[in-house]
Amino acid sequence: MANIERHQYDVVVIGAGGAGLRAAIEARLAGKRTAIISKSLFGKAHTVMAEGGAAAAMANVNPNDNWMVHFRDTMRGGKFLNNYRMAELHAKEAPERIWELETYGALFDRTKDGRISQRNFGGHEYPRLAHVGDRTGLELIRTLQQKIVSLQQEDKREYGDYDARIRVFDETTITELLLSGGRVAGAFGYYRETGEFVVFEAPAVVLATGGVGKSYKVTSNSWEYTGDGHALALRAGAALINMEFLQFHPTGMVWPPSVKGILVTESVRGDGGVLTNTDGKRFMFDYVPDVFRKQYADTPEEADRWYTDPDSNRRPPELLPRDEVARAINAEVKAGRGTEAGGVYLDVSGRLPADVIRRKLPSMYHQFRELADVDITEQPMEVGPTCHYVMGGVEVDPDSALAGVPGLFAAGEVSGGMHGSNRLGGNSLSDLLVFGKRAGEYAARYAAEVGTARPKPSPSDVDAAMDAALAPLSRGEGGENPYQLQQELQVVMGDLVGIIRRKSELVEALERLGELKERVAKVGATGGRRYNPGWHLALDLRNMLVVSECTARAALKREESRGGHTREDFPKMDPSWRRVNLVCALDEHGDVHVDRQPLPEMRPDLFALFDPTELAKYLTDEELSTVHGGN
Amino acid sequence: MSAKRHFRVWRGDANGGELEDYQVEVNEGEVVLDVIHRLQATQAPDLACRWNCKAGKCGSCSMEINGMPKLGCMARMSTFAPDETVTVTPLRTFPIIRDLVTDVSFNYTKAREMPAFAPPADLAPGQYRMKQVDVERSQEFRKCIECFLCQNTCHVVRDHEENKRAFAGPRMFIRASELDMHPLDARRDRKEFAQASQGLGYCNITKCCTEVCPEHIKITDNAIIPMKERVVDRRYDPLVRLGRKILRRDQLEPASTPTGRPGDQPHVHVTDSPAPFVPAGVQWASPEAAPEAAPVGADGRLPLTEATFDRAGASSPFGDDVQFPLPVEQLRYQPPTQRD
Repeated sequence: MANIERHQYDVVVIGAGGAGLRAAIEARLAGKRTAIISKSLFGKAHTVMAEGGAAAAMANVNPNDNWMVHFRDTMRGGKFLNNYRMAELHAKEAPERIWELETYGALFDRTKDGRISQRNFGGHEYPRLAHVGDRTGLELIRTLQQKIVSLQQEDKREYGDYDARIRVFDETTITELLLSGGRVAGAFGYYRETGEFVVFEAPAVVLATGGVGKSYKVTSNSWEYTGDGHALALRAGAALINMEFLQFHPTGMVWPPSVKGILVTESVRGDGGVLTNTDGKRFMFDYVPDVFRKQYADTPEEADRWYTDPDSNRRPPELLPRDEVARAINAEVKAGRGTEAGGVYLDVSGRLPADVIRRKLPSMYHQFRELADVDITEQPMEVGPTCHYVMGGVEVDPDSALAGVPGLFAAGEVSGGMHGSNRLGGNSLSDLLVFGKRAGEYAARYAAEVGTARPKPSPSDVDAAMDAALAPLSRGEGGENPYQLQQELQVVMGDLVGIIRRKSELVEALERLGELKERVAKVGATGGRRYNPGWHLALDLRNMLVVSECTARAALKREESRGGHTREDFPKMDPSWRRVNLVCALDEHGDVHVDRQPLPEMRPDLFALFDPTELAKYLTDEELSTVHGGN
Repeated sequence: MSAKRHFRVWRGDANGGELEDYQVEVNEGEVVLDVIHRLQATQAPDLACRWNCKAGKCGSCSMEINGMPKLGCMARMSTFAPDETVTVTPLRTFPIIRDLVTDVSFNYTKAREMPAFAPPADLAPGQYRMKQVDVERSQEFRKCIECFLCQNTCHVVRDHEENKRAFAGPRMFIRASELDMHPLDARRDRKEFAQASQGLGYCNITKCCTEVCPEHIKITDNAIIPMKERVVDRRYDPLVRLGRKILRRDQLEPASTPTGRPGDQPHVHVTDSPAPFVPAGVQWASPEAAPEAAPVGADGRLPLTEATFDRAGASSPFGDDVQFPLPVEQLRYQPPTQRD
């Protein structure tokens, strides 16, 4: 085995977004030596992109709010596919996690009486989102980052070294988890800056790597979202659940390229934005489903009147739920009435005067003005569905965040179950605080239990990981171009496993993913090992591909439509599918297998929080009789 | 609508490098970062460049474009002339790693030296109460995305490696200011720390940092200048300021009588209390300069740069109309003593 830099830690946290930083803080507070591994610079994680806020039932704005209402909203949003225990813990602990941030120095927007202000958001019954303008994610990251610095300052005073008990390895990528006797023994990776390899020996590893969106053509996600944690967990023997559920936002910008994927907030439609196709037709009137017919206007005239007189007119069809709007845009584009970039027009300039737009949508106005030179007070935006969040992820124990492998924990977007089939806005920031803390706490506890009899990574595993990492460089120009492969993967996922799915397309997607898999095995990178983005991408592709395959396979298997999974050939929600999680795992050949697994049964006291008529929409008759029998 | 454009990109590492020429396709509506990505995908797969969100929110893709420090994701191609060559170089202030990637650890080192938020001891989590108007001042500085363009552009360190040890830079000044203005921060020495340990005094307010800030934070006007002013209040010359503030000519007579013993500590309290304060051993024989407002230009605002203004640097703490050396009979001396 070559001479590789080695570090010993109690807890290694992979990922430096909200969940990773919160986990690291907790592990360090428990007295454990903790390493944070970040693919980017410290403080650049994708969490900074979160705008809306962090949902927590603090009842600062509406005193009727409490954890039970929040729990109810979360389960409804996830269409009852959520892991009930995670949803319960999340709703109960979110307020404490937010208040704690204030002691780290966070400055949320305030109510008149000086408490943390809370705003309304889709799916939340009461105003619940703690926020800082539209940059809540940035505030969260900065606060956690600065808390870590303050812990390092304590260590500096005590030990004379900032890095004594918590160290950030920035611009470092983990490519393999190292196991020993079925337990976590450490992690193998490389410094992006130098290309040198590094081995972390640790009994406990927390995955907090975020999502998978970079496998999609149009996405709001950053380059880091290549599903690393999902893939690391799979290869270590853990399972992924709910991988078929991805959240697409119906209106992301598709053009100009400078803002491709960036979200156009729903309030643009709420404030009078109109969707038209390239024929100039306001097409949403053709897509009102029968169940919504009564609430939505038939004619543009009536729809227009609603903005000023909502009581005696019906709503414009642009305000249909997210999935309906996305479906309509998707259908128009596939019918050839979309723009060249694959979108439709969203115009707010025709209805509102420029100064009103600037006042009501200041951040939208400035964002597009500055990034794209698009003046939304004068011209329409080009929008289409954009990949935003993955509900699926590593299957974990709700209380401890422990994944299926001893010593492996997961928190945040990379974990699955909390959000069921669809995540409510604002629940991701609170999710990563609640479960980040738990993952750090239990990882520290696990490391203590392991004591000194720590599993050691085997030299042959380290050698194998090193060979795999160097393979693209040895192929050099003779290998496949990683950028080309990524682009093709994005097209396959975007076109065939996108927001609206059908069997024939999913089958085709799996075929093409199979071809890509063979080509990714032959990917090459030119240049040296020092900060070589082509090489980095070549190594990430393997992860993107295996995670994409999980999504495609699970999407093919789930024959119903629910939350973030819409099957054109099975448009209805099927209560019998609610009792099933699809679980992805790798077999000994490294192939993805999808199995059904029963959903954990929700406790009767939690069922009792719901109205029986509401439950009837989600549960099978058999379940309903037990629930009511139990009451 | 695509066209071939001429790009020059600095390629190299710590051992040296040079600008390389590329002819690259540019489409309507793209930004410089899009073009860098196209270069990576088509001509230079190993071209090193940091980026993350590509939406102006993470501050990763800082670079110098035609010499101007900018975020690559916010530099629209439409802002260049159609045949203009676009030259992209790494941030000059920081050591080069490779191509457009520099070693920005200077900023993280300085951040570590900055004393963290000190939570009030008497408040439990959930008990914090602050007014919106009070948090807004600090919130402006918390908009910072840590792109380090301000640090890069600041001439105190840009061409003066030797200043880096003593100077923390604009990013850290707004952090100091943010904590100073935090309604519940328990530390009271933020300004003094900025002056004594962060090198606030090196800044001579050329406002370059404000100019390059992609978040439009008024770094100079809202953070640095107010801090400098208050540091001056407290540290540099409290006597002059106090004298201006509370003493009229007719009050000076009794003050000329020495009342203290040599070596007495002057009690410096910056308050609005009209109680006359008489420092020991000072000859108040000469008239004090009247209080002065900050010098402003014709538009009533502080000057943007010295180049367009009628004097260099900040105004004199002794009053701009005071000529040095003073006549011998007007000389007075009081050893400066810092409060606390």
